[in-house]
Amino acid sequence: MIQHDVVVVGAGLAGMRSALEVCKELDVGMLTKVYPSRSHSGAAQGGIAASLGNSEPDSWEEHMYDTVKGGDFLSDQDAVEVYVKAAPRIIYELEHFGCVFSRTPDGKIAQRSFGGHSKPRACFSADRTGHAILHALHEQLMKNAKSVKIYNEWYMHALIVDGDRCNGVVVSNIQTGEVEVIQAKAVIFCTGGYGRVFKITSNAFASTADGVMAAYDVGIPLEDLEFVQFHPSGLYRQGILFSEAARGEGAYLLNGKGERFMQEYAPSRMELAPRDIVARAEQSEMDAGRGVDGKDCIHLDLRHLGEARIMERLPQIRQLGIDFLDVDCVTECLPIQPTAHYSMGGIPTDINSHVILDAEGTRMKGFFAAGECSCVSVHGGNRLGTNSLLEAVVFGERAGKSVLEYTAGIDYGNVKEGQEKARILKKFEDIFQRDGSESYNTIRDEMKEIMMTHCGVFRNEEKLKVCIETLKGLQERFKKGKVTDKGKLFNTEIYEIMELGNMLSIAQLIANGALLRKESRGGHFRTDFPKRDDENFLHHSLVYNTPDGPVVKPKRVVITKYPPAERTY
Amino acid sequence: MATFRIKRFNPEKQPEPYYEEFQLDIPPAATLLDCMNQIKWTLDGSLTYRMSCRSAICGSCAVKSNGHALLACQRQAEHLVDDNDTITLEPLGNMKPIKDLVVDFTPFWDKVNKVKPYLQPKEAPPEKERHQSQEAFLVIDDASTCIMCGACYSDCNTLEVDDNFLGPAALAKAQRFVGDSRDSQTLERVKELSEPGGIWDCTHCGECSERCPKPARPFERIKEIMTVALEQGVHNNTGARHALSFFNSVKRSGNLNENRIPVESMGIFNIPGLLSLLPIGVRMFLKGKVPPVIHHSIEEVDDVKRIFKELDQ
Repeated sequence: MIQHDVVVVGAGLAGMRSALEVCKELDVGMLTKVYPSRSHSGAAQGGIAASLGNSEPDSWEEHMYDTVKGGDFLSDQDAVEVYVKAAPRIIYELEHFGCVFSRTPDGKIAQRSFGGHSKPRACFSADRTGHAILHALHEQLMKNAKSVKIYNEWYMHALIVDGDRCNGVVVSNIQTGEVEVIQAKAVIFCTGGYGRVFKITSNAFASTADGVMAAYDVGIPLEDLEFVQFHPSGLYRQGILFSEAARGEGAYLLNGKGERFMQEYAPSRMELAPRDIVARAEQSEMDAGRGVDGKDCIHLDLRHLGEARIMERLPQIRQLGIDFLDVDCVTECLPIQPTAHYSMGGIPTDINSHVILDAEGTRMKGFFAAGECSCVSVHGGNRLGTNSLLEAVVFGERAGKSVLEYTAGIDYGNVKEGQEKARILKKFEDIFQRDGSESYNTIRDEMKEIMMTHCGVFRNEEKLKVCIETLKGLQERFKKGKVTDKGKLFNTEIYEIMELGNMLSIAQLIANGALLRKESRGGHFRTDFPKRDDENFLHHSLVYNTPDGPVVKPKRVVITKYPPAERTY
Repeated sequence: MATFRIKRFNPEKQPEPYYEEFQLDIPPAATLLDCMNQIKWTLDGSLTYRMSCRSAICGSCAVKSNGHALLACQRQAEHLVDDNDTITLEPLGNMKPIKDLVVDFTPFWDKVNKVKPYLQPKEAPPEKERHQSQEAFLVIDDASTCIMCGACYSDCNTLEVDDNFLGPAALAKAQRFVGDSRDSQTLERVKELSEPGGIWDCTHCGECSERCPKPARPFERIKEIMTVALEQGVHNNTGARHALSFFNSVKRSGNLNENRIPVESMGIFNIPGLLSLLPIGVRMFLKGKVPPVIHHSIEEVDDVKRIFKELDQ
């Protein structure tokens, strides 16, 4: 049995930042199913928010209000407050680590405008900010290599719990296929989102809900799963991301008639309204037959920015257009469509990143979560651009600090190694022994299709019921799919099957949550209930894993400074 | 219909690699990775490769296509088919294959670790950010785009014959700190990078920059470190002496004095080093390959001198 004081699952921004904090005092094992530098945080492009005021005066209060309003008043304001207050310090620390930032003429960190933010507060490194921060944190880990053991290409299968205490994880080495148990005094999950359940998504293949489902499997409820963000500028058909920074720098959105249609939807903020509003505007235009050439796409027009500005601020985006579409945005418009981008919901935590078991905030001992897999909830019903990188770093650090506090004087808990291993080995064996004929690819494609069409930008009761039934059928078919590779060595097929199992489960919970929330708020829009309903739904939802299936219960929203108000832009 | 000719290797089943062909209609605008996924998901689930982001930023899916390393997610497949409507896929070079297109990245990361790939700042951090000019940012901008995909490492000609070479990715990472106005260890860094296995072992073939899927372009970064090393007076090594001797020879005569360069590169007071050249010299003499003893300038040497003078200004 492998033993570490603390095990961190996931090596993106939240995972690495928490590991850096914990390794100051304790021995850390950090697990990633890819390599740290390949984590999906690196795909974030536009920026990281903080009220530094480097280009215009700014304050944490304004950042807080923008975040709460952006989240359609479902954010927990105590969490938002610690988060926006920590932001400047966190950015300066990243800079001190060596993170490469674009600069103002006087050498400060440059900041630009972003959707839903009333001030230019996105600190950036051209259009690869996530990449810059990811590598800066990875560099710090390489510097601290003695106290953090990194398990590259290891997969986490399950949490080991004993009552209300978490004692480790069951994992396997993807390269050798060997199942191992890691015993730890505390476990931190930083396992990212699960956008892969949708057909059109900006998410990496790795974003498959492994962490979130592992928590649910041991009886931890999940929060606000119905809130999924669709990003307005996904590359047409591929879904990969064209940063909101394009609009931050002044790009236009045009419908098939060449009109800047945001005039109709958010006249004061235009293209820089929050993402949920822009994505719905795009979808409405397309649904009304005003897509470009009658297709499901909209044009992102950067031509008026000029080549020099594009090359200075958005070089990667330009290259993506050329590589993927043979379209050069200096001279042509980029075809885009809404793409599933970010999961506002996840594993519920308190403001110290400690995972909680119920609406009263009862803590799960020894279990912490940060970043996209968690729901603290700073983003409420809709996250603002550049707030996710910030969340990952701020709450990664907080998780690390909380773990240091929690583990003081704590010994290892009880782990039945043989039993835990056997449980996962059986899971492998069950899949290997399936003798079905259906391709898992078909099942996955059908899941992604139904989630996109029936649980996407616009939802209604009828569609969601069809979606849930379809997913149930897919779950049955999943039990008898066809396995080709039965070897142990680097068997990517078996891991894809396990990931699909997790995705089918989370898809079901997302659709179920969407069905029960009979209102429209942030990223969740019901055409049959198009208004926000504070009287009945100004609360988070917690979905519990019960013998009778998922049961959803409300959880209070923490409102401290800003009472809910009408949300217009 | 295109043919994907893929190098398969699974030591659990058979010790030797072999090639297998798959036929696939390439959908419009499909990337090479899309096609690999179609093959895996519809034709043979055991086909093994790495992938994650699909947007050319995570660096997982680098493979060799028609003999050259590239990122599978970044390239449209139809641009890659050869005259026989075939795309040949092989694992990255210079690393040990594990299974099919997956190779062992351990030596790659070990070498990145060797260049002390983290900022060693000049002083304790200020309360806010350190200032850095826009010009100073541009010095490290390109190197910082590296995604550690290993395409350069795969196709590096030096690594093919010399395992000890740090390789293009690690050196590009090194430049990211050598050139960082916030770093205090520039001299120490270029001293270490001038040692055997470092910058001077690069053969200047430029293949790494050719294969780089990002603006990182390692060869340019290696040349930048060489420039800093020479500026910092780190001359006391074969590579730097070779470069300077080369430079001086061309400046003086317009061509290379092939008798002087090896001697000056080794160092004129380096007796054991010079003795080690003797056997080669003798063999060259016996084969009639020794350059003329009296070195002549080219006719247009005045033009060359003028060019150097202008460059100096």
